[in-house]
Amino acid sequence: MSRTLTHLDALESEAIHIMREVAAELEKPVLLFSGGKDSIVLLRLAEKAFRPGRFPFPLMHVDTGHNFPEVIEYRDRRVAELGERLIVASVQESIDAGRVTEETGVGASRNRLQTTTLLDAIEEHGFDAAFGGARRDEERARAKERIFSFRDDFGGWDPRAQRPEPWNLYNGRVRRGESVRVFPLSNWTELDVWSYIEREGLELPNIYFAHEREVFARDGMLYATADFIERRPEEEPFVETVRYRTVGDMSCTGAVRSDAATLPEVVAEIAATRVTERGETRADDRVSEAAMEDRKVAGYF
Amino acid sequence: MATTTATTLRLATAGSVDDGKSTLIGRLLYDAKSVLADQLEQVAEASKRRNGDGEIDLSLLTDGLRAEREQGITIDVAYRYFATARRRFILADCPGHVQYTRNMLTGASTADLAIVLVDARNGVVEQTRRHAFIASLLGIRHIVLAVNKMDLVDFSEDRFDEISRDFCEFARGLTGVRDVAYIPIDAKHGDNVVHGSERMPWYGGVTMLEHLETVEVAGDHDDGRLRFPVQWVIRDPESGEREYAGQVAGGTVRAGDEVVVLPAGVRTTIADVRTLDGSLDAAEAPRSVTVTLADDVDVARGDMLCGAADAPEPVREIEADVCWMADAPLRPRGRYALKLGTQSVRVIADELIDVLDVHTLDRGAAPAELAANDIGRVRLRVSRPVVADAYEANRATGAFILIDETTNDTVAAGMVSRA
Repeated sequence: MSRTLTHLDALESEAIHIMREVAAELEKPVLLFSGGKDSIVLLRLAEKAFRPGRFPFPLMHVDTGHNFPEVIEYRDRRVAELGERLIVASVQESIDAGRVTEETGVGASRNRLQTTTLLDAIEEHGFDAAFGGARRDEERARAKERIFSFRDDFGGWDPRAQRPEPWNLYNGRVRRGESVRVFPLSNWTELDVWSYIEREGLELPNIYFAHEREVFARDGMLYATADFIERRPEEEPFVETVRYRTVGDMSCTGAVRSDAATLPEVVAEIAATRVTERGETRADDRVSEAAMEDRKVAGYF
Repeated sequence: MATTTATTLRLATAGSVDDGKSTLIGRLLYDAKSVLADQLEQVAEASKRRNGDGEIDLSLLTDGLRAEREQGITIDVAYRYFATARRRFILADCPGHVQYTRNMLTGASTADLAIVLVDARNGVVEQTRRHAFIASLLGIRHIVLAVNKMDLVDFSEDRFDEISRDFCEFARGLTGVRDVAYIPIDAKHGDNVVHGSERMPWYGGVTMLEHLETVEVAGDHDDGRLRFPVQWVIRDPESGEREYAGQVAGGTVRAGDEVVVLPAGVRTTIADVRTLDGSLDAAEAPRSVTVTLADDVDVARGDMLCGAADAPEPVREIEADVCWMADAPLRPRGRYALKLGTQSVRVIADELIDVLDVHTLDRGAAPAELAANDIGRVRLRVSRPVVADAYEANRATGAFILIDETTNDTVAAGMVSRA
């Protein structure tokens, strides 16, 4: 007997199976959609899993208010094309309501604040499952996480007491207030994601491709200039040809110098890279050896 | 693009504490050039902080949790991804300690191949046998016995042969294992991992990576009979047509196939096999598709479409090997929820038939209970008929988990021995 499924076909089939399991076994799932490449792939997989029917869940974006405008524009257009429902959970509203306090000064970011907004929104809507686009190749705490990642009533992850998850038999049973985070792309690599985007001909926000942008250098990374990002006096802005490898908050996502302006060029660049995407472009992971583990324990994606 | 059509090998590693498993993986990734510059920098810094010397401790690449780095042990399975020109690899780095057997099982359950590591000084020990046995129980057909730390036995061919003979004798009793590769390595310095070894010229075999690149694993997971567990029903909002969604669990589904809907036993014909991109002539395991049926029959999640000629009988009782994973023991009359594919039923443990002695691997007499990390055979009575195959015939339709309905914990992984 031969197995003719390609590597991408096998990953796609696994992810579709995961999404259908969630739809069948959980009461009220939601798909976290940021407009980033991984969640764009998730949306495509949701189409593959549930069309010609509607998605059996809404989409939700945790909007820090510090997103790239190009990404927000893309998000709204894509949601309209799909005809699905989008919930926007706003970090600004969490700040206004006094749930969190805005960081100030140089290096201030809303990255940490979004955990509170996310947990509040999950509680408010009564979601018991949330799909995320995280991959195990991103970071070593993530390399340890189950596909169905159980979260307690406080949204926290207990890395030392994860549910066993043999085969593809997922246990999504939760009590009221508890939930699972579900990661259909767990076994995908960054290169798989880009190869899939190319194969499926998926449109991306244009900031993923080389473009001219006003940036400044900090800690060896290039950041976009914006009204809400405070710069030190020596951090002079300049124009550079860059693209983004990941898309998070403008305040903590670095750009890379690149001339890759098309999908095949980006795929070739990723295949040849010697640095991980989070190492190259995410300030939020550079804080300590266990920065991601600590944030996940507190309820982060 | 070549990189997307290369086949994928899923492998699991297991070993005892301190026999160099994490170092081996670090070496494999490092020499296969799958460690990126920033990861290496992170590891180099951590090595300096921890060990004080200039040598890079490759084991720090895989131990991802704070507690693991602090204690220098692997607690939970970590997944690593790497590729060569010939193949892609999904590696599950499993803990070896008996206390974390359930985590090992999670990682090894999806593997095609298991690397069992021994320390050349200690040879085949109890854990070696236990890990190899669990691998065979899980239906893993290919084992690599990696004899590590050969530098500490002066690269002795006699010592390697002695260990290989020991293991070979034991492995004869492992049903289902098709091949065992014996490879002498020094993971710390890289001998026979990715590159050959000048210090062991007597070894005429392939390196670890070459073996992983070329081992043939097709057909390991099912015996070719059509099994299609229905996961979800999609109703076309315009035409009202129903499509049955699922992942092919065995064999190949084709339009025109005569199938029986189990457990009801109704016969019908596959009308069409579809994906979002259109109709397919056929879809083989493990592809996710939807199918439509020629007749208007009642089909829902939990049903299974099987080839009419080789469909199993629905059963009210199953015998299975289970690995118990909860702190509270399994006792006769215990009640649990069972999830097998897309079927969810309640079960009562009618009888504990035997328990495995992890020292001798003998099956002992009927125990009073199964404690955490025990493996034993049980007879389960189910609340309504289930459709299952023996695990050795099909890993997808012969595997199940048990869930404690009061705690919602997954308390057992089970493999059907007789359905």
